[in-house]
Amino acid sequence: MRPFTYERATSPAGAASAAARTQGARFIAGGTNLLDLMKLQIETPPHLIDVNGLGLDTIEATEEGGLRIGALVSNTDLAADARVRQDYGLLARALLAGASGQLRNKATTAGNLLQRTRCPYFYDTAQPCNKRQPGSGCAAIGGFTRQLGVIGTSEACLATHPSDMAVALRALDATVETVRPDGTARALPIADFHRLPGDTPHIETALEPGELITAVVLPKPLGGRHIYRKVRDRASYAFALVSVGAIIQSDGSGRVALGGVAHKPWRVEAAEGEMPRGAGAVAGALLAGARPTRENAFKITLVERTLAAVLNEARG
Amino acid sequence: MKFDSPATTNPIDRLKVIGQPLDRIDGPLKTTGTAPYAYERHDIVADPAYGHVIGATIAKGRITGMDLSAAERAPGVLAIVTAQNAGTLTKGNYNTAHLLGGPDIQHYHQAVALVVAESFEQARAAAHLVRIDYKAEPGSFDLHAAKGAATAPEPNDLTGPIDTHVGDFPRALAQAPVRLDETYTTPDHSHAMMEPHATLARWEDDELTVWTSNQMVAWSTGELATTLGIPPEKVRLISPYIGGGFGAKLFLRADVVLAALGARAAGRPVKVALQRPLIANNTTHRPATIQRIRLGAERDGTITAIGHESWSGDLDGGGPETAVGQTRLLYGGANRMTSMRLAVLDLPEGNAMRAPGEAPGLMALEIAMDEMAEKLGMDPVEFRIRNDTQVDPEHPERPFSARPFAQCLRLGAERFGWDRRNARPGQTRDGRWLVGLGMAAGFRNNLLMKSGARVRLDSRGIVTVETDMTDIGTGSYTILAQTAAEMMGVSMEQVRVVLGDSSFPVSAGSGGQWGAASSTAGVYAACVKLREEVARKLSFNSADAEFVDGEVRVGNRTARLQEAAADGDLVAEDSMEYGDITEKMQQSTFAGHFVEVAVDSATGETRIRRMLAICAAGRILNPKSARSQVIGAMTMGAGAALMEELVVDTRRGFFVNHDLAGYEVPVHADIPHQDVIFLDETDPMSTPMKAKGVGELGICGVGAAVANAVYNATGVRVRDYPVTLDKHLDRLPDVA
Ligand SMILES: Cc1cc2nc3c(=O)[nH]c(=O)nc-3n(C[C@H](O)[C@H](O)[C@H](O)COP(=O)(O)OP(=O)(O)OC[C@H]3O[C@@H](n4cnc5c(N)ncnc54)[C@H](O)[C@@H]3O)c2cc1C
Ligand code: SF4
Repeated sequence: MRPFTYERATSPAGAASAAARTQGARFIAGGTNLLDLMKLQIETPPHLIDVNGLGLDTIEATEEGGLRIGALVSNTDLAADARVRQDYGLLARALLAGASGQLRNKATTAGNLLQRTRCPYFYDTAQPCNKRQPGSGCAAIGGFTRQLGVIGTSEACLATHPSDMAVALRALDATVETVRPDGTARALPIADFHRLPGDTPHIETALEPGELITAVVLPKPLGGRHIYRKVRDRASYAFALVSVGAIIQSDGSGRVALGGVAHKPWRVEAAEGEMPRGAGAVAGALLAGARPTRENAFKITLVERTLAAVLNEARG
Repeated sequence: MKFDSPATTNPIDRLKVIGQPLDRIDGPLKTTGTAPYAYERHDIVADPAYGHVIGATIAKGRITGMDLSAAERAPGVLAIVTAQNAGTLTKGNYNTAHLLGGPDIQHYHQAVALVVAESFEQARAAAHLVRIDYKAEPGSFDLHAAKGAATAPEPNDLTGPIDTHVGDFPRALAQAPVRLDETYTTPDHSHAMMEPHATLARWEDDELTVWTSNQMVAWSTGELATTLGIPPEKVRLISPYIGGGFGAKLFLRADVVLAALGARAAGRPVKVALQRPLIANNTTHRPATIQRIRLGAERDGTITAIGHESWSGDLDGGGPETAVGQTRLLYGGANRMTSMRLAVLDLPEGNAMRAPGEAPGLMALEIAMDEMAEKLGMDPVEFRIRNDTQVDPEHPERPFSARPFAQCLRLGAERFGWDRRNARPGQTRDGRWLVGLGMAAGFRNNLLMKSGARVRLDSRGIVTVETDMTDIGTGSYTILAQTAAEMMGVSMEQVRVVLGDSSFPVSAGSGGQWGAASSTAGVYAACVKLREEVARKLSFNSADAEFVDGEVRVGNRTARLQEAAADGDLVAEDSMEYGDITEKMQQSTFAGHFVEVAVDSATGETRIRRMLAICAAGRILNPKSARSQVIGAMTMGAGAALMEELVVDTRRGFFVNHDLAGYEVPVHADIPHQDVIFLDETDPMSTPMKAKGVGELGICGVGAAVANAVYNATGVRVRDYPVTLDKHLDRLPDVA
């Protein structure tokens, strides 16, 4: 860990402008991802801005009938919120499928969205990694890729986004609200929030330098059955090999997003039109153009089978 | 004391304390976080300096340049140890690669420097400022590719014979009406114990004391002296609490050597814990194997030919994973062959991990037995019992000292509800789950090691046991106290046990499941001597004296035990050694493992539902701690079956998933229900305690029992561990 300076921000706009003042500064929320990465010197911020005191830790109803989730609401509190459990079961289930109770107590909504990949080569600073060190190459390509992405990958990076919560937010069409260093606010649809790796895998989101997430907004409830299936080698405390988040209506229509397959939570709205033709058709459309490696080609089959099971469960 | 004839009745047989399911006496220390582990000896050294280890970032080659200047100038830095400034270091006997590498690099994450600073954070930050240039060389990292060039290793005590042949295996196999010829693979495994390797080192003039975490105090004291080139009597090694080892801490490792060198360089005590991401590649691991098994049988299930070959790899100068050892002894069969071949790999060095050889060997053999039973149309339990043997099949003149193998299997089948298993795989459904039952034999030899102890009686009647034996979470403290309490006729509250100090008598240490039986026998021997001393002091005839309830009695004369120490402590020291009793008879431990799994019919995820082990391991000294050993081992076996694998990057030559996020071991949710039943047994051929080991028996066979259960659930046979969903996903039966 490099020595760093630390301050406690007192307002969202103040936090954003403070972040813009020091190049490479980072916000710290729960710290469950950032501190680990700092200890390994994968992240080396010279300055930390603690955003825990900004009062962004409440969940409020919106005029549109949805919910505004403060950026600092913990994963535990979010999953336990009665409104979330009632109307956004997919989100509660995705959260509870992630990490462990202790981690969820610390982990925050914004931090979860911004957690970084679990590619093992990203974690080994002796290995080339375009995401960690732009231009150094990608050790994963030709190496151990079982966990890595199958679609939307690039010649520069195969990594996945590991968040469960983000898969649910993508299916729910959430909006990410931010404030920029100049004090202006904006709202980003979740679909545009995370990026594909392209040849800049180190740029993972649409956030500008210093931009602070203030809230995540859920549109009004969709009804339907909310199912989150996370597939993994051990029964708990593991990242998804593949996950399927689905909201299925009684007429058989619905929405599907995938985790564990791409650099962002993966949803293809057009694929949802295939619902009447069954899981195979939906999965085929979702993963059209996938370029798996020999080691992770099973994820294609796994998505289709898991999706079939989810649709089955929704009907049952 | 020498043990060379079967044990007769002795004070242990009273079973007032021995054999009772007592709580571990170190339990409160562990559960309150007050057991002082090596890294936490603030009581001894208040202001140690901290070391941070730098591992090599190539697998093979040379260091061409090292620039320490920025690190040396960094805040708090006291010293940087490298091979260049460490002086002459001699490689010990138990490690294959040098514990401090450079300029030659023998494996990834081989330690190449230690940065010592005032604080841990300063040491870690400065370590990142050390610049090292390497010239990498091509190496051999792929066991499958190197298999063809593998050769027969030199035999030694650990390997036993490399090849064995009995009868005419090829002919018997060719003539057998039912045959099997399959190849199985097991991956590299990491011990993944909770406490990392950690050491606090302090020099006082030329005398070195290390507080560390080590299973074998005497071995490692000697190795440390050898490595540093100092006399053994100048080294004291203290290892009273060990947060798990599983073989990873049998030997001297880099933390000890570097802490000692760092303390010398910094001129003050230094402590070092190996960083978690270094452990998989810096230390030892269980080597991967490729195993070919050939079986031939008559239609009635009698095995006529049994062949087991194993290939593994290690650094040049290393040894094989002895995966065929159990096949030499487990089943009968007139025509037999086993062989081991060793390839040179430039991966980190392989070595012992819980049930070395046995665990991976049985993972393969016991799937093969399941497959063969199916070919024969026999029940897997019956097929095994059909081929039971009461003698060493390679040396029929050697009987087993005790072999209730069939009892283990039969009792297990009965208790588990084995008759509910559908012999046709892929048939049993429970909602979305495919359900299967599987079983396997567990089999591990009983090893005995010379073990010594000192016992002291004081005027308050307190009995203190001192031995360099270790407790790696197994319960050694408790069973040694039970032994002394039984022998001296006192309560557990009257006994103190002090362990893990090289200034104490040399014990068996903890490894190879020899610890419990051997170390209690050592305490037994010392107590026999102390009883004689006590009797003499009290003017009793020692042969007739009975030690009970804190008293010594002969006929109707009674004295209080502590009276013997009224004018000074009585001290006795002895050790237990073994004659050729183990050569004349084969001593082994046996188990039947039964497992029920459910496989998600859509995703192929396997979840264990229940596990049962029936174990025969001689007298069970403490059923509670023995059970803990077995359920822990069953958990590890489940991990080996379903998830554990150090993934080799065969281009770059290292284990990629080198932390506990990447190397998955079972969590609570993976292990629902476990039962352990011990057969009521004593083995008078083992020691006067009539006990044998259980800690490794518990893992032997578990992996195959799980794999067989998965097969029974799915009908898809997976022969490459771990049995992960990708290996059967596209062949799962259709579920309507
Ligand atoms: C052992 C382990 C297991 C895990 N398992 C899972 C799992 O199964 N599934 C899963 O989804 N996750 C898992 N996680 C990840 C966990 O969900 C994240 O670590 C957590 O959500 C991050 O939240 P945080 O508040 O601690 O973020 P921090 O660590 O505080 O921050 C993470 C990043 O977000 C930035 N940031 C934080 N707040 C803001 C803000 N308001 N605006 C802009 N930027 C901000 C920080 O600068 C930093 O870059 C696991 C983590 C661990 C350690
Ligand atoms: S896949 Fe991406 S994160 Fe992994 S090594 Fe390649 S560039 Fe780095």
